[in-house]
Amino acid sequence: MSTQLTKDGAAQGSSAAPALLELRELHVFYGAIEALKGVELSVAEGEVVALLGANGAGKSTTLKTASGMLKPRSGEVLLRGERVDGIPSHELVRFGIGHVPEGRRVFARMSVVENLQMGAYRLRRPDPADMDRVFTLFPRLAERRKQLAGTLSGGEQQMLAIGRALMGKPELLLLDEPSMGLAPLIVQQIFDILREINEQGTTLLLVEQNASQALQLADRGYVLETGAVVMSDDASELLTHPRVRAAYLGEAAE
Amino acid sequence: MSTVRDSKGRERVPSAASLRRVRWYQEARWKRLVALLVLAVVGAQVTGVQGTSTDIFYALGENFTGTGIWIWLALCVGVWVIREFLSEPVNRGWVASRDRVSQPVARVRGVWQADPRLRYGGGALLLVVLILLPLWLSTYWQQVMVDQIAIFVLLAIGLNVVIGWAGMLDLGFVAFFAIGAYSAAFWTGSLPVEPPVVLNTFLVIPIAIVTCLLAGVLLGAPTLRLRGDYLAIVTLGFHEIVYLAARNWTDFTGGSRGARMSERFVIDLGFWRFEWGLDPKPYYWLLLGFIVVIIFLFLRLEHSRVGRAWTAIREDEVAAASTGVNTVRMKLLAFAIGASTSGVAGVVYASKVAFISPENFVLLLSILVLAYVIFGGMGSIPGVLAGAALLIWLPEYLRDSVDPQDRFMYLGALLVVMMIYRPQGLLPSKRRQRELRLAEEKA
Repeated sequence: MSTQLTKDGAAQGSSAAPALLELRELHVFYGAIEALKGVELSVAEGEVVALLGANGAGKSTTLKTASGMLKPRSGEVLLRGERVDGIPSHELVRFGIGHVPEGRRVFARMSVVENLQMGAYRLRRPDPADMDRVFTLFPRLAERRKQLAGTLSGGEQQMLAIGRALMGKPELLLLDEPSMGLAPLIVQQIFDILREINEQGTTLLLVEQNASQALQLADRGYVLETGAVVMSDDASELLTHPRVRAAYLGEAAE
Repeated sequence: MSTVRDSKGRERVPSAASLRRVRWYQEARWKRLVALLVLAVVGAQVTGVQGTSTDIFYALGENFTGTGIWIWLALCVGVWVIREFLSEPVNRGWVASRDRVSQPVARVRGVWQADPRLRYGGGALLLVVLILLPLWLSTYWQQVMVDQIAIFVLLAIGLNVVIGWAGMLDLGFVAFFAIGAYSAAFWTGSLPVEPPVVLNTFLVIPIAIVTCLLAGVLLGAPTLRLRGDYLAIVTLGFHEIVYLAARNWTDFTGGSRGARMSERFVIDLGFWRFEWGLDPKPYYWLLLGFIVVIIFLFLRLEHSRVGRAWTAIREDEVAAASTGVNTVRMKLLAFAIGASTSGVAGVVYASKVAFISPENFVLLLSILVLAYVIFGGMGSIPGVLAGAALLIWLPEYLRDSVDPQDRFMYLGALLVVMMIYRPQGLLPSKRRQRELRLAEEKA
């Protein structure tokens, strides 16, 4: 696989424009266990940011806190400079945050079209063009529009989960491990589509185990370890950083 | 157990081949024969003479030696022979006759579905038949139509919102029915305590709706974060609280002595006055009116944003929330709507039977209503209507043809058979049918 980066987004991350999403000193607890110990992170408009880390490092927790599914005990979640922490996730959807939850979570016993219609639930008057847009992005879904989501393959379900989130017209799309349990070829397809979605103007924050894929797509990356950010840099830098290569890319990296 | 010995008589682990071997009595054909023979014996016992209190084995002996068992055995063996040895021609005949029928049926269905006016016409015709129905029935059946079928249809429609659409298992549904009935008793001045004003029963209906809504929210708000089994237990507890309050709060409810209703439904326009009296027919028409209005409202609701949100919640609450559904509010709404429907039924019931006591609101009723909903087809209004009507009608009908004490046994058997062979219910909703098919494909 080529490591060629088609983006010049690295410069955007360091620009002075107010960040679309900013996490400040986030402390999140599960009972007595402190899952996030002061996570700081920012995502600028139009960027793709990858969140890397081992199992249990706090990647999903960070994402869930950003999408309102978890409430931080202290710290701030800022959307365009405005505090949004404590707003429940179903309200936060209205602020233009789309969340593709871990494990896809499509409505298994609804058809593909019904799933997408549910994605547009927050919009009073859904635009029929939105669904066409999703079907252009994912032709596989268009072929199966009447099929029940539970009968789709894992990759198709992931596509549907992303498509469903897109139906809510998010400015910022949070993706929790879009490559989980999928064949390499499908992962490649999904990342190609994510790039396309980003080029159409949606900002992406994604959590990934598949560090090499994620960093090839991303402009910038953060590395989490035991609930804190230990590294953050341009994706191209992280991709060649010896510590990242050793820990997350393994020996197989080019 | 199944030790296999080799030629020298040593014990060995049984070979795969021996484990795979099917003995004659393990064949499906012979298993079916045994099952049918058991059915014959049970059938002979059930339909034969009744036992006596002095000689409990009297019936057993009589039914094993009487002619009944031979008829049953002949029937069952006959069925078995046809099933095992004559299935080819029977199937061929069945397929042929089905093919002959299927084309006209498909054509009729096509016409039916093509023209919505025809469907509305059909609905109107059905409504007219339902309006005229009590005129052809005896007073006894009129009473059954009102006290049981119409009231429980209303309850089942309400429970369908909670279980069929929002997917929450509510075992305490009849508590709201009781609250509705006691509201009616209170506001008409039929309880030991004096209400602030004595109201016409019609005016109690909105009050009962609001009371049940509040009770539903009161119960729901702290508990609806629970799921499935846990919620079921909580609703069970809620029912017990309401039931015991009705029984023991004697100063307010009259306790187990019950309360006699002092008012009935009355329309008084000064120049014209109509009172719902002992005749069940006006009650029937009143309830029919309520049912039609509620069904109309609920059908609108089912296909609205709210209905879709309920379906999403039933599927996956986390995903529903991430698409912007306020899950807590929607669940509360389903609960409250179900509760208030139940409350309306309670008011009419109290007014109709004119006497209520805590024993009218036992837990069994909650479970029966649940059975009606599941039997008819969860989430499908036509199914729920048919399920409730059929399951209430059956024991009443059997009253004349079998020993009255055995009636509910037949009901139970019907439920068992139904759940095995048609778990989606009598007239399932399209969605439910697909859901079950999907579940089977996964299994």
